[in-house]
Amino acid sequence: MNKLNLVVIGNGMVGHHFLEQLHEAGLTAQFNVTVIGEERHIAYDRVHLSEYFQGKGAAELALGTAEQYATWGYRLLLGVKATAIDPESHTVSLADGSRLPWDKLVLATGSFPFVPPIPGKDRPGCLVYRTLEDLDAIREAAASANTGVVVGGGLLGLEAANALRGLNLDTAVVEFAPRLMPAQVDNEGGELLREKIQALGVQVLTGRATQHIEDGENANHRMVFQDGKMLETDLIVFSAGIRPRDELARACGLTLCERGGVDVDDFCRTSHPDILAIGEVAAWRNCVFGLVAPGYQMAKVAVSTLGGGDKRFTGADMSTKLKLLGVDVGAIGDAQATQNAGAKVYRYLDQIKQHYRKMVVSADGRRLLGAMLVGDNSTYDTLMQYYRNRMDLPEQAESLILPASAGKAPALGMDALPDSAIICSCHNVSKGDIVGCIQGGCSSLAEVKDKTRAATGCGGCASQLKSLVDHQMAAMGMAVSTAICEHFNHTRQELEHIIRAEGIRSFSELRDRHGKGLGCDICKPTVGNILASAWNGYVLDEGRAALQDTNDAFLANMQKDGTFSVVPRIAGGEITPDKLIVIGEVARDFGLYTKLTGGQRIDLFGARLNQLPAIWKRLTDAGFETGQAYGKSVRTVKSCVGSTWCRYGVGDSVKLAIDLENRYKGIRSPHKLKFAVSGCTRECAEAQSKDFGVIATEKGWNLYVAGNGGMRPRHADLFAQDLDTETLIRTIDRLMIFYIRTADRLQRTARWLENLEGGLEYLRKVILNDSLGINADLDRQMEQLVASFHCEWQATLENPESLKRFRQTINDDGDDPEILFVPERGQIRPASESERAGRIPLVAL
Amino acid sequence: MSEHSSWISVGKRGDLVPGAGVGARVGQQQIAIFWLEESPEQLYATANLCPFAGVNIIARGIVGDIGGEPVVASPLHKEHFSLLDGRCFEHPEVSLPIWQARLQGDDLQVREPEIMQLLVS
Ligand code: SRM
Ligand SMILES: Cc1cc2nc3c(=O)[nH]c(=O)nc-3n(C[C@H](O)[C@H](O)[C@H](O)COP(=O)(O)OP(=O)(O)OC[C@H]3O[C@@H](n4cnc5c(N)ncnc54)[C@H](O)[C@@H]3O)c2cc1C
Ligand code: SF4
Ligand code: FES
Repeated sequence: MNKLNLVVIGNGMVGHHFLEQLHEAGLTAQFNVTVIGEERHIAYDRVHLSEYFQGKGAAELALGTAEQYATWGYRLLLGVKATAIDPESHTVSLADGSRLPWDKLVLATGSFPFVPPIPGKDRPGCLVYRTLEDLDAIREAAASANTGVVVGGGLLGLEAANALRGLNLDTAVVEFAPRLMPAQVDNEGGELLREKIQALGVQVLTGRATQHIEDGENANHRMVFQDGKMLETDLIVFSAGIRPRDELARACGLTLCERGGVDVDDFCRTSHPDILAIGEVAAWRNCVFGLVAPGYQMAKVAVSTLGGGDKRFTGADMSTKLKLLGVDVGAIGDAQATQNAGAKVYRYLDQIKQHYRKMVVSADGRRLLGAMLVGDNSTYDTLMQYYRNRMDLPEQAESLILPASAGKAPALGMDALPDSAIICSCHNVSKGDIVGCIQGGCSSLAEVKDKTRAATGCGGCASQLKSLVDHQMAAMGMAVSTAICEHFNHTRQELEHIIRAEGIRSFSELRDRHGKGLGCDICKPTVGNILASAWNGYVLDEGRAALQDTNDAFLANMQKDGTFSVVPRIAGGEITPDKLIVIGEVARDFGLYTKLTGGQRIDLFGARLNQLPAIWKRLTDAGFETGQAYGKSVRTVKSCVGSTWCRYGVGDSVKLAIDLENRYKGIRSPHKLKFAVSGCTRECAEAQSKDFGVIATEKGWNLYVAGNGGMRPRHADLFAQDLDTETLIRTIDRLMIFYIRTADRLQRTARWLENLEGGLEYLRKVILNDSLGINADLDRQMEQLVASFHCEWQATLENPESLKRFRQTINDDGDDPEILFVPERGQIRPASESERAGRIPLVAL
Repeated sequence: MSEHSSWISVGKRGDLVPGAGVGARVGQQQIAIFWLEESPEQLYATANLCPFAGVNIIARGIVGDIGGEPVVASPLHKEHFSLLDGRCFEHPEVSLPIWQARLQGDDLQVREPEIMQLLVS
């Protein structure tokens, strides 16, 4: 069969979804697909665009990869714009002068930010907020700016304002309408929103139309309003709505809607039989949808249409639930009560707590037609289900928006939902789909997400999905498993609590009281780890050796050939020449491969199990301690040279790094902990990529938390500023113990904070304001851990029972004869498989 | 072949580690002997060579159970092997040779199991 040429113009969110669906539907066999994208980047998650400013890279935001497209057989042309469509000859022209033939064409060109025609709008430093490049431009302009103004107080405008605030600009929002978010909220809600947002330090000016923009006196620009008032600012971001990018369609004569957008029918077909349009460029029944979920629906419909199917687009719900500048805003259906004649309204306003809730109901009071929430979205999911599934409202419908104390709100049980209830609108997943998935054998939230893709789009449905999965699993008698393994029906956090509360000192004691069986390679190391951070005993004592994971069991990191690496602690990366020489001598005498690590210390590889004690004897005699490169514990505190030598340094980063490393060394935690201290904002120690990062300031230290390198890098969050050394240490003490108590098994601080309910703000309250009243207790645990530090290798060398384990075999003290090294670049390395095969008989019967 | 069915002494009771494994040599082979105090049979033995990693490390693995069946997890990549029949849970086509182990008074002894003897003889 001859393949048809399919050209997709636009590689944004919806275009990408279309390509995925096309592949999933197996239609790639029928089409030669070419994708044209104007942006340099492959399709990325525009919904989470703002996270780019919080440290997410383009790669992380990407929705797909070029390799993936290639394996699907797609030809991807990025950084090139389509300039004209010729429906007669069935070709499309590109900016590079080339022309592509098509049999079917899909328009997925999205929209562009509307910039009102204000004189001066094109001045440098007047920007928009839509693409990664826009954000790069904003970041660059912000670097030399003190103030920023966002023109437009809608959803995106407030998001942009938050971004400017995050870039440390004094920020203002200017809105033409008399209130913020005019499309979603009413006057009362808008007023509350204004108060909340102003309280965050963002200036809000409503009812202001900008007349023109000119040179400022104290800042780059001066905005002049219709009432003659003026505002000076260094940077302006326009966010005054979006307009469909329908210019190609217009030029080639396709039918457009009155207010723009390419007119499409229920099958996403335009007025040309071979051209389809999807996403924000498409207008269905005169309506363009500025959200991703309707675009995804259209993408599915378009795939169906191309495959000869009869799936229809039937409109979409514009309900939204958001957190803007930390303020909850929710709007469902006809929230303004303007679309339904005779609609009645319930309203609840609490100016103290700053909550506003409103329900719009049908004239007979039986159906929910819309709702509006400001300040608290906790009732959104329930209201949404009443609305979407057209369910009868309960007797006292008002209780749905009254605070819980006014009489228990009739929480809408999952049972009450019909199977057709849509849980995830991005991926169109219904309750029935999810229930079916669990009945079909899925037994965890992760599996359900993986199978149905629910909650993998905008994420708005995540909490509801979780309650549904939990509910369904419980209903089917399945354990809603938060258990760490089959031997303990508890989370790590619960086990930690039990161990401390009951004073449990051994695995068997815990197992006898709270678990079953022999344990396994999940629960044993976890319990070993908790016992260590609760009591700090020697990890190889009293039967605890058998609990330790591969590396902890022998206090060294096992390598692929069964040998070990040896890493002495070099606190802060500072080392004397004499100690360097000792390391060199030990490495030479035992024939070890030597390498500098990424953590500012030295790793010696190729030690056999039976050599470890002798190696460590030499090292501890010279004053070295274990570096615990094997433990879930503090690894290194990386430092830069700091104010002692460096001409820019404002703080003694080396001293602080050494002090921190010595204070926290040896403490076991849910996962490894990395620190760094930089002597000034040039940040040579990369503190912002560490679990705990410290940067010296003129006034003290800035503390960053929850950074991560590794598999999923995360930029650390600024936790507190200008701390003196004592306060800094006390703050880290508490953060560390709180993490030890509450994190999951093998959960680095980055993932811990991301999953911590209430996030950074909550953490600040707990640690800085003692909101849980536990700080004294946290301090006590830390003091006890710090006081009971001992070098594990020192302890091992003094313990004949432990030393017995450092033998390859009990009836032969010698080396394992099957370990084989070959020379390379003047040192040893493990022999490869073929090298081994040539030289040693593996099994001799 | 009678030498295969005879028990070989490899060490003493005191060489064993409760709840964990130790390595032992029998001729050129290395075996792993596990002492599961809490399991009915108490002593288990397998080859020490991890079939996946190709190195002698099974004795260093964490022991435990899967659904009540005693297992050891290879320390490098955590494949689980049954201590009853050596079968690998993740890759059923692979298995770890099983040995027998016992204590005769203070004497720790091992031998290849019957089925191996049949193959060898
Ligand atoms: C030796 C070293 C590489 C080197 O030659 O430089 C290294 C080696 C290993 N790393 Fe690493 N990492 C080393 C620095 C790093 C760094 C860089 C740093 O710390 O500045 C990172 C990224 C930063 C971070 O952790 O956020 C790093 C991220 C990882 C990860 C991914 C962690 C994550 O959160 O995604 C793992 C896997 C894990 O821990 O689960 C890992 C695991 C490992 C293990 C332990 C793998 C293993 O279990 O065998 C390697 C042990 C080798 C050994 O025997 O010592 N290593 N590893 C570095 C030792 C530093 C030290 O002095 O202790
Ligand atoms: C900051 C921000 C936050 C948002 N938050 C949310 C949210 O919380 N929830 C929600 O539902 N939606 C949100 N949205 C809206 C959502 O991102 C869009 O609905 C979605 O991206 C639309 O997808 P699309 O593919 O139609 O358009 P786009 O993603 O804009 O993709 C269109 C692509 O086509 C390219 N293109 C255009 N013309 C041409 C041409 N002639 N040749 C080649 N390529 C061309 C464009 O460069 C662009 O890359 C947000 C948007 C922004 C900017
Ligand atoms: S990056 Fe991978 S291979 Fe390199 S040391 Fe770290 S864990 Fe080992
Ligand atoms: S509704 Fe957007 S991810 Fe489910």
